[in-house]
Amino acid sequence: MSEVLKQLENSVDEKLTVAEVYANRPKKWLLYTAIVLIIAVLVGWSSSGVNFNGVTQVGAEVAKGVFYGIFNPDRSLLFGTKDTDVPYLLLQTMAIAVLGTIFGAILAIPFAFLASENIMPKPVAYIFRVLILLIRTIPSLVWALMWIRVTGPGPQCGVITQAVCSIGMISKMYITAIEDLDTKILESLDAMGCTPFQKIRYGVIPQLTASFISTAIYRFDINLKDATTLGIVGAGGIGASLVQCLNSRRWAMVGSFVWGLMILVMIIELISTRIRKKLAHGA
Amino acid sequence: MKQKQREIHGKEDDIKVKLFDRIFKPQVITLANGKTVERPRSRMPLIAIALVLAIWWALRMTGFDLSVITTRFSKMLDLLKKIFQPDWSFFPKVINPLLDTIKMSILGTVIGCLLALPIAILSSSNINKNVAVVSVFRFILGLIRTLPTLILAQVCALIFSLGTFAGTVAISIFTFGIVAKMLFESIETIDMGPFEAMEALGANKFQAFWSACVPQILPVYLSHSLYCFEMNIRASAILGYVGAGGLGITINERVGWRDYNGLGMVLLTLFVVVVAIEFFSEHLRKKLS
Repeated sequence: MSEVLKQLENSVDEKLTVAEVYANRPKKWLLYTAIVLIIAVLVGWSSSGVNFNGVTQVGAEVAKGVFYGIFNPDRSLLFGTKDTDVPYLLLQTMAIAVLGTIFGAILAIPFAFLASENIMPKPVAYIFRVLILLIRTIPSLVWALMWIRVTGPGPQCGVITQAVCSIGMISKMYITAIEDLDTKILESLDAMGCTPFQKIRYGVIPQLTASFISTAIYRFDINLKDATTLGIVGAGGIGASLVQCLNSRRWAMVGSFVWGLMILVMIIELISTRIRKKLAHGA
Repeated sequence: MKQKQREIHGKEDDIKVKLFDRIFKPQVITLANGKTVERPRSRMPLIAIALVLAIWWALRMTGFDLSVITTRFSKMLDLLKKIFQPDWSFFPKVINPLLDTIKMSILGTVIGCLLALPIAILSSSNINKNVAVVSVFRFILGLIRTLPTLILAQVCALIFSLGTFAGTVAISIFTFGIVAKMLFESIETIDMGPFEAMEALGANKFQAFWSACVPQILPVYLSHSLYCFEMNIRASAILGYVGAGGLGITINERVGWRDYNGLGMVLLTLFVVVVAIEFFSEHLRKKLS
């Protein structure tokens, strides 16, 4: 026993040279080869289902057309003021996203409180969590296809679809904010003899507003992008016209729609990131 | 020097009275000991007015009418009732498209992530000192991210004919944009000390990068890729709607035939797969960090 200890002491006292330390460096090659192997197997398996048929003659034409359209957009469409021109459609897309986000953010509040483990009993919170997960997994396009039976095609369908879809993600982020609530503040308000209403007004709301608003703005970003695709099923916005032009091969119009979309999304993303940064630092 | 300038600038900002406070003078409160303090007016009314205006404008723009939804809400309930009674006999027909969807997202994620790595390194400002190249790459990445996946898939379906290949290309492009952005943001936060130490020891740029930066980047890269894979499974499920293969074709077909029990089955399998993959990848990502 003592010999082993001595050996250990010796090895600790011994000053290792750089070369020896380098030789004893942690070896992770086994882990890396395992990861690479797993990925290789997965890729091999999945490439069996994806068959490349080559670019058809039509395909090459389409690709050329898209490039032509992007570099030669239809100017009169891009800056026109009619109902079918880009600015109006972009505004409509934005209106859908605004309403969808606001309704979604309001609808998500009860869901979030009901699914927070520090407020509700665990079983109830669990049930609501599964419900939120269900809402989140159903793709927005499927929601739109279902709502269209209720409202008929048009921007209205887009609004209600986005309101419902947003509940999933927004309430998930609300829940983390609610579960991070500092309960000591509530205790001290209790000690001061505040009524429940005052406790909510001065203890809960100030803690939650910043993160709630930040979440809503983040979701607005996503909704704006989503609103463009909802148009494909007839839920209003720019998507429907874009797909129509694509299918009828009017490349200049496709180009102007794509440019309008890119510029709007980029500007909104820039603004929303700035506002969220300000909210996070407590402006 | 720069930091000093910023500090001075920051102080000026504090002293400068904001426009809002100049218009709406802060409330002056006299305390019991005779001191006076200023309390800036709340911005809330202004924000509320802007919000109300935005809602009013959006309501007019979309022609949103709540009464339509309340009066015809029973239809939605009917649909939901049917969806929650999935048609189990339809299950065998779901498996193949589901596998297609999974294959599409695996291949698309791998290709997109492989392409994203070099571009992300080129567009992180702490490694690539060439400002022009960095901003050009970032701008291109920004443009790619603005394109909706469904539109990309539609274009790909037109170019490569209908099928899973178009979906794979669309997913790769989408993954490329997102992973490259997340990755260069993480690369910019890594510790550059080891890199400089290696350079001081006489290593060339590539050697220094390989042994000082790559070990820091790799776990983050894998974690971002897994996160993107999660998103892709969900996104690729609907790509079939524009003819890019996978579950979307089945969904479109079921909705077209108004077979909502079948649709319920499709959604149920999708739900199970998404939850399983999310659980698995969250576990892996926790281990990576």
